[in-house]
Amino acid sequence: MTFMLSAASLVQIDHELTKYPPEQKQSAVMSALRIAQAELGWLSRDTIEFVANYLGMPAIAAYEVATFYNMYDLTPVGRHKITLCTNLPCQLQGADQVAAQLQARLGIGFGETTADGRYTLKEGECMGACGHGPLCLHNNHKMHDHLTPESVDKLLDDMK
Amino acid sequence: MSLNTPNTQVCLWTLGFDHPASLATYTANGGYEALKKILAEKTPADDIIAQVKTSALRGRGGAGFPTGLKWSFMPRSFPGDKYIVCNTDEGEPGTFKDRDIIRFNPHQLIEGMIIAGYTLGAAAGYNYIHGEIFEEYHSWEAALVEARAAGLLGRDILGSGWNFDLHAHHGYGAYICGEETALLESIEGKKGQPRFKPPFPASYGLYGKPTTINNTETLASIPWILRHGGQAFLELGKPNNGGSKIFSISGHVNKPGNYEVPLGTPFADLLAMAGGVRTGHTLKAVIPGGSSAPVLPAEMMMSLTMDFDAIAKAGSMLGSGAVIVMDDSVCMVKALERLSYFYFEESCGQCTPCREGTGWLYRIIHRIEHGQGRPEDIDELLRIGKNIGGNTICALGEAAVGPVASFVKHFRREFEYHVEHKRCQVGMSPSDKVEG
Ligand SMILES: Cc1cc2nc3c(=O)[nH]c(=O)nc-3n(C[C@H](O)[C@H](O)[C@H](O)COP(=O)(O)O)c2cc1C
Ligand code: SF4
Ligand code: FES
Repeated sequence: MTFMLSAASLVQIDHELTKYPPEQKQSAVMSALRIAQAELGWLSRDTIEFVANYLGMPAIAAYEVATFYNMYDLTPVGRHKITLCTNLPCQLQGADQVAAQLQARLGIGFGETTADGRYTLKEGECMGACGHGPLCLHNNHKMHDHLTPESVDKLLDDMK
Repeated sequence: MSLNTPNTQVCLWTLGFDHPASLATYTANGGYEALKKILAEKTPADDIIAQVKTSALRGRGGAGFPTGLKWSFMPRSFPGDKYIVCNTDEGEPGTFKDRDIIRFNPHQLIEGMIIAGYTLGAAAGYNYIHGEIFEEYHSWEAALVEARAAGLLGRDILGSGWNFDLHAHHGYGAYICGEETALLESIEGKKGQPRFKPPFPASYGLYGKPTTINNTETLASIPWILRHGGQAFLELGKPNNGGSKIFSISGHVNKPGNYEVPLGTPFADLLAMAGGVRTGHTLKAVIPGGSSAPVLPAEMMMSLTMDFDAIAKAGSMLGSGAVIVMDDSVCMVKALERLSYFYFEESCGQCTPCREGTGWLYRIIHRIEHGQGRPEDIDELLRIGKNIGGNTICALGEAAVGPVASFVKHFRREFEYHVEHKRCQVGMSPSDKVEG
């Protein structure tokens, strides 16, 4: 098979595999998809199939996982994906104002990407850090908390 | 503070240290002493379970089930592998305590899981970590590496001849994986859809093997209990509600955050610790145990103590200890609209009453909030709720109904006002208000 992923990504997937019994390689599929997405930006059908083959599981089973969990992106997203938590605790602490500022600055709504392909805005559910809200995730992995309409301006400017 | 003295900070005592999460801080202050004693003395599993039962430790993940009793369900003579699984899939709106345990005291969770593994005869353990807290997933793995290097995990732990290992499994954005059987499916590399019960995980769990699942805070309390005895833990709290509990306070308080206090602490004291209600406002309502818990009006809350039994008696639940505070600026219809959207979005879709019902509830609340409600809508909400509860595979269906029924029960007038006047009354100046 041709390798769609870099050696560095495969090393990470191999590390995940060490956690589970040898006959349970499918347990690593969530991490493998995350690692693939981190390298390639999103999960195409080919990528998902590659991951499935690598783990020796049916492609349809990997596809089911990729569609079930909402941090996987099955279509291309901007270079900077910003997922803002708008759930009640964050909303009480000002998430609506932060959302309005993000949308006004970028000229897009939730679920959209700027024309230059730089930013994607997503609405997220509770991230388990409510006391620090309003907050967002940058490209799934970096949390920025205590957001205000002023601080998101700077956050966007700092993203190259 | 340290683990050497039986103080009320069971899980978050490391916060006063420069390097709260390090193995050095933990071991210098009594960490891993309980484990060392158990391994050296080969303490019988029954003795450990007896201490946990005496402690009246109740599950910190939401249901408040007695942990000692749960541990006694694991089959003793099962010939193959068994597992201990920790639930750090913290995604119940309002809850953010388990993240702080991982950030500030990862080794106490590791020690608790090792002791649980020893007691239950497990070969390995997994900690399922919420998808949105990636940095904590990494930092907990780093703590595992530290523990392994110190001989606390892996083969022949501390020269005892006993082998046991721990791993982290990372979620990727699905609230339903907090439900314990959905979580097991997810570790197996599948969609996180809850299983039918029975069989229960104690007989058919991860990979079909006997498995015990506990919340992060539950497992992190174990080293404290074994260090000071079940009786001391019980005495921290009140009968049937042993120990301290971390309350995650969010919303309209001056200092949102985690506060670890004895169970049975008056709500008024807890509110004061969080800096009181947002300056310039008065308390309107509180959700005392995470978004799935029924809301209670201010006057009820102010007379309650924070423990499983008192909150249940008042018609709500302590749940995960997530206290969402709402002041007089909150429109209860709008607040409920956001919560019902959450359950609609997170339903796994397996059961028709939950899949269809959560969408239906959301759409009706949405139209009431947006001035298109009909007079019959309010009773319709209650009727739909009754048809969801008790008719689903997991408790998410019921969790979606709890807020709806309680918001309508305690704040019905606000819903009626929206329907009658096509707008909200909250925040209007007195002269604009329509009577009635
Ligand atoms: C929809 C749903 C979500 C849940 N989410 C969590 C969660 O995020 N963390 C947790 O510990 N328990 C959660 N639970 C409860 C678990 O199913 C389980 O009861 C708990 O982890 C057991 O641990 P404990 O006995 O130590 O509380 C959830 C239950 C349901 C029905
Ligand atoms: S109650 Fe809802 S979330 Fe639970 S199994 Fe049924 S459809 Fe899925
Ligand atoms: S509500 Fe936003 S992190 Fe919990």
